[in-house]
Amino acid sequence: MSTIIETPPQATGNKVILCEGNEAAALAVALARPDMVAVYPITPQSSLVEHVAKLIAEGRMDADIVDAEGEHSVLSALQGGALAGARTYTATCGPGLAFMFEPYFRTPGMRLPLVMTIVTRDGITPQSVWGGHQDAMTVREAGWIQIYCESVQEVLDTTVMAFKIAEHHDVMLPVNVCLDGNYLSYGASRVEMPDQAEVDEFLGDKNVNWHVALDPLRPMAVDPLTGGSGGKGPSSFVRYRRGQCRGMQNALRVITEAHEEWAQRFGRRFAPLVESYRMDDAEFALMTLGSMTGAAKDTVDEAREAGKKVGLVKIKTFSPFPVEALKQALSGIKALGVVDRAVDFRWNCGPMYRETLGVLYRLGRHLPTASFIGGLAGADLTLEHFHRVIDATEALLDGPAPDEPVWLNAND
Amino acid sequence: MEAVSACPSFSARDYKSDVKPVWCPGCGDYSVLSSITKAMAELSVPPENVALVSGIGCSSRIPAYTNVFGFHGVHGRALPIATGLKISRPELTVIASGGDGDGFSIGGNHFMHACRRNVDMTYIVMDNEVYGMTKGQASPTTAPDWEKSKLTPEGTGINPFRPLVIALASGANFIARSFSGDPNHSARMIAEAIRHPGFSFVQILSPCVTFRPEQRDWKAGIRQAPVDATTDAARAARRLMTDDGFNIGVLFRGDRKPFQPSMKARVESVRDLEKEFRI
Ligand SMILES: Cc1ncc(C[n+]2csc(CCOP(=O)(O)OP(=O)(O)O)c2C)c(N)n1
Ligand code: SF4
Ligand SMILES: [Mg+2]
Repeated sequence: MSTIIETPPQATGNKVILCEGNEAAALAVALARPDMVAVYPITPQSSLVEHVAKLIAEGRMDADIVDAEGEHSVLSALQGGALAGARTYTATCGPGLAFMFEPYFRTPGMRLPLVMTIVTRDGITPQSVWGGHQDAMTVREAGWIQIYCESVQEVLDTTVMAFKIAEHHDVMLPVNVCLDGNYLSYGASRVEMPDQAEVDEFLGDKNVNWHVALDPLRPMAVDPLTGGSGGKGPSSFVRYRRGQCRGMQNALRVITEAHEEWAQRFGRRFAPLVESYRMDDAEFALMTLGSMTGAAKDTVDEAREAGKKVGLVKIKTFSPFPVEALKQALSGIKALGVVDRAVDFRWNCGPMYRETLGVLYRLGRHLPTASFIGGLAGADLTLEHFHRVIDATEALLDGPAPDEPVWLNAND
Repeated sequence: MEAVSACPSFSARDYKSDVKPVWCPGCGDYSVLSSITKAMAELSVPPENVALVSGIGCSSRIPAYTNVFGFHGVHGRALPIATGLKISRPELTVIASGGDGDGFSIGGNHFMHACRRNVDMTYIVMDNEVYGMTKGQASPTTAPDWEKSKLTPEGTGINPFRPLVIALASGANFIARSFSGDPNHSARMIAEAIRHPGFSFVQILSPCVTFRPEQRDWKAGIRQAPVDATTDAARAARRLMTDDGFNIGVLFRGDRKPFQPSMKARVESVRDLEKEFRI
């Protein structure tokens, strides 16, 4: 369990502790006071839900916990809880997320604002229990908001914010907070704990099911068949789907506002959608996601010292895709290298790379670009790898762009 | 039965691979591995005629440690994979194996339907009343007041799953229990299970010395079932309902006809399947 490593700074009265990403997520969940949690263990998520169970057993968190028989039941139980008005939470990854897919797809359609951590893990086969983004990337079309964290502190802060974003009246959608398996789940660092009363004020009243309340004066059947056979035709289906898409677009604003309010209240500012690092006069850039960003920023610093005009763009909010914010971030550069920890099987490149091509089209610019794939199944992405990315991206300025992805750990 | 063609001269060693198990020293699963290989040697079934399918868990690593046709499935799905395999290649001896979490928790649904379907195969569950692989959480067979799991520090408070009772109620055609501490007995149970037509279920109590060290005491409580196997489901039910979980032996032998849509193998010769495959 965490150790207190500093006495509270005068200004905030906040505790500073040393803990791992999984514990930070659990502590954040406790701060958000959910009513119900459902769990099934899986590497590297297990210690996260075990921390939650401990907090509940110690009376530091007043929630019901369901020890379910598999992830399909975990998410189904949370749907029941949310329909009945509970604030709900779970965490999973990899095969667990895959097994959860049916209720996973239904949750945003029912506009249930659950929060679920994905302790990201690589794809199911070849079998591996190590980190990677393939799990979260594979379900990116299912309609959940997906936010990736760079540090343990960001895990804690973002997990609390996730409840506010999910439950916002203009959003009402479930949120995945993605924290990188191994690097963040087990990586210990210094974390400032926000004050409970401040968090209570920040989150405000619980707002999970005004639209489908189990209200005795207003009984309703949720999610009956729409469209075609006996229903009102496709129009009601279209109305629901459009509403969902609108909620996703509204989320871009709500996520930004939540981060702003967080910065005001707690003094910690994170880029809500897209972070630009040393981009002001950058001629070319690399793009990153999640915990790899730390090493990438250090490498950019070194390359800058060596006179290279390189910057870095990090995506925090991956779904909904932050098109406008990215357009701004990428408007001035002449070449781009995108580093993914997953593959897009259809386009033979990284998924973030593929999404970014659409943004460049919207920008009306035809940049030379390259897709780098690394960090699969827990492989390290070191400064040496990022130097290779920087050199190869710089070479795009006056050379041909590769048609194939560059596999960073192919010889490691 | 027909899947097991008599062919002499195999020893248990012929069924072991040279992959070294990564189980903890003292884990019951080592003995189960030996028992499976002994049973196959006793039946003299050529290794290439055996398919061993597992799910995920410490116990589910077992196919890699044998040199029969092995398949490491996903968590909870050993039985449907094994079913498909047996239906397509009825001449093979098909064994599904795994743990109590894999088989009764996430895969519990398949357990009932596999019993009901009664395809001719054998299901071996290494029951340690815990999820060993994910570091010691309660499983469906864990006692409700076991408080050592970090996930349920006050116990699950939930009535345990009774695998043999459920197997019987769901229609399994052969039900036995054994103990990893008695590998010769386990080997006999497995061989009998494979010989018996239809769906055979063998629960092997197999201690997890790391997360359930108290299971080392199981040895003292294990005893031979006081009465012989019955073919009468009603009698077996009465016996299993009062069973304390420590009686070992064959507990039920049914006579239902196995389910096999057509006894024709889908592939006439393995040669037909061999094509060049470049990764
Ligand atoms: C869909 C899915 N959920 C969770 C897991 C994580 N997991 C791996 S093994 C296991 C439990 C294994 O328990 P058991 O079957 O009893 O095997 P043992 O390790 O005790 O032999 C779990 C929960 C997974 N691999 N896949
Ligand atoms: S954790 Fe338990 S079940 Fe797994 S190998 Fe070790 S002793 Fe065996
Ligand atoms: Mg087990």
